[in-house]
Amino acid sequence: MLQVPRFAGNQGEEHLVIGLSGSGKSTLLHAMAGLLKPTEGTVNIAGQDLARLSVNELDRFRGRTIGIVFQQMHLVPTLTVRDNLLLAQYMAGLRHRPGRVAEVLGSLDVEDKQDAYPSQLSYGQMQRIGIARAVMNEPQLILADEPTASLDDLRSQKVLELLTHQAEVHGATLVIASHDQRVKRRFEKQLVLNDVASDQGLDHRDAKTP
Amino acid sequence: MNLVKLSYSYIRKRPFGTSLNVLILALGIATIIVLLLVSERMQDNLTRNAEGIDLVVGAKGSPLQLILSALYHIDAPTGNISIGEAEVIMQDPVVEQAIPLALGDTYRGLRIVGTTHAYPNHFGGNTERGRLWESDLEATVGAVAAREARLDVDSTFYSAHGLGAGGGVHDEHPITVVGVLAETGTILDRLLLTSIETIWDVHGIDDEESHAHEGEDHAGDPISNDDGHDDHEHEEEIASSQSTGRSPGPPGTDSQAPEREYTAILIQYTSPLAALAFPRFISTETNLQAAVPAFETARLFDLLGVGFDAVRIFGFILVLVAILSVFVALLNALKDRRYDLAIMRTLGASRGKLMAHVLLEGLLLAGMGTVLGLLLGHIAAAGIGSAVEQAQGLALSGFGFIREEFIIVALALGAGLLAAIIPAIQAYRTDVASTLASG
Repeated sequence: MLQVPRFAGNQGEEHLVIGLSGSGKSTLLHAMAGLLKPTEGTVNIAGQDLARLSVNELDRFRGRTIGIVFQQMHLVPTLTVRDNLLLAQYMAGLRHRPGRVAEVLGSLDVEDKQDAYPSQLSYGQMQRIGIARAVMNEPQLILADEPTASLDDLRSQKVLELLTHQAEVHGATLVIASHDQRVKRRFEKQLVLNDVASDQGLDHRDAKTP
Repeated sequence: MNLVKLSYSYIRKRPFGTSLNVLILALGIATIIVLLLVSERMQDNLTRNAEGIDLVVGAKGSPLQLILSALYHIDAPTGNISIGEAEVIMQDPVVEQAIPLALGDTYRGLRIVGTTHAYPNHFGGNTERGRLWESDLEATVGAVAAREARLDVDSTFYSAHGLGAGGGVHDEHPITVVGVLAETGTILDRLLLTSIETIWDVHGIDDEESHAHEGEDHAGDPISNDDGHDDHEHEEEIASSQSTGRSPGPPGTDSQAPEREYTAILIQYTSPLAALAFPRFISTETNLQAAVPAFETARLFDLLGVGFDAVRIFGFILVLVAILSVFVALLNALKDRRYDLAIMRTLGASRGKLMAHVLLEGLLLAGMGTVLGLLLGHIAAAGIGSAVEQAQGLALSGFGFIREEFIIVALALGAGLLAAIIPAIQAYRTDVASTLASG
């Protein structure tokens, strides 16, 4: 049972959820993304109580409002970078805006990789594409789950810079979950999860991110 | 970006598995299609060429052979019948129309039929150029026959004895083409029509003089004629006895007068009730044989049916194996793709969309196999058609679709969906959070 006290932030803020592995960071993030239902309490994202949405509405809401960055990017291996990004638009049911692809890739300095397949990218490039996909639909909330794990100091620095920059550009709230002590220094607002909790359940009281 | 593109991208990424799935399905479908086309063409041909013919009367022998030779011009004739006997039948009150046929000669493999104008009229043959034959040694030829033998109005040809190559040529009696028939889609297209008298003439049978010819029985030919002035040996032939064309045979020899004969008579009843008694009357009261086309063709299809069934079952087994292989391929592919599917959910895809995505993949595979199968099937049908056409005039072509094919297409696509349904349900049920946590 993961119990989280009231956790709220304002639009455009940066938050860090920090804790050891198994402390429930991912569970909290999944709950914020509507992928898990809290057994008790509510999740409000951008003024929307997720519990009030049907499964399909929730998928749609997630696609349009929340961008998620994973530790492993898991780009669709059979599609080019461009199509991977357009897939984000398509799956969210948004209008096709091919111009947006170049715009996002440009802001991440990987504009020349549009026609590459994921297998042709370096790890760093893949990570940028993963971030690009998360911000493709101009989300109000960016969730990043262990974005710096398994990166050296320099790279982890760079990824955090990219994330905060993108959040700023889009005016999005950024929530990073990490057990990485290097990340700790950069963020003022921190939620520390220290109870060793199982992922079995979640008691998430008033977790709020406007 | 859309679901078709997404599904297709996954199919393209496993070219070997995909090719195998598609190929097996295509072979199964092609097999079924060829079978459909062949049996459809056969049935169509058999009914069209037997239209309005209630009974075929000819010499004793196999009834199927009589039907095949007299109606479809495939097999060798059973023998000849005397005009005397034939007349009795033709005059019977239950007979609405009786068309006499004299068969046994060919020109370049095309069959020459001695008959009356009633024959082309019955099968809807109208002259496209020229006219129907009037006097002896005139012929009107079918559209395909004209094309294949390069015959046209005013060209002449010599009939050859027998149905295969190597028969003696009746080279003293050139037959002149006076007309070409418009294409009818029946066996008429492949025949050379002339008067019965012409056939008799060519074989030297004459009304006035009778040429007796030592009463040989000409079994076992056709053999090529020895030389110009001697006899053609005839097997299933107009004249039971024959001589060279008007060669000085011993006139008035009383041994065996050559008889003017028919090979078969096509009969149409005045009333369907005649079918009850007339055939029995012929077989018991005369020396002739009566065969009912509908019954014999049904028997033919029964005989062929076993083979058809075997091939059809083979085709369906191939399709079944193909569907199973699509099922296994999708199931395996999905195992590697659980994470991809979970990511798509985080990007906003609904569960229904993921299900549609997987179903579409099965549908695409089935669609590719079906298209290839149709293509292969029709190419094979065209190949068989050109071979069979020369031999039997089946007129099978690779062009044109039949209704059953659309059913096959629908079934194949349905089977593709069926193969994808379990994988699709799995995709629908993907637990995003636990998949992401395990990845």
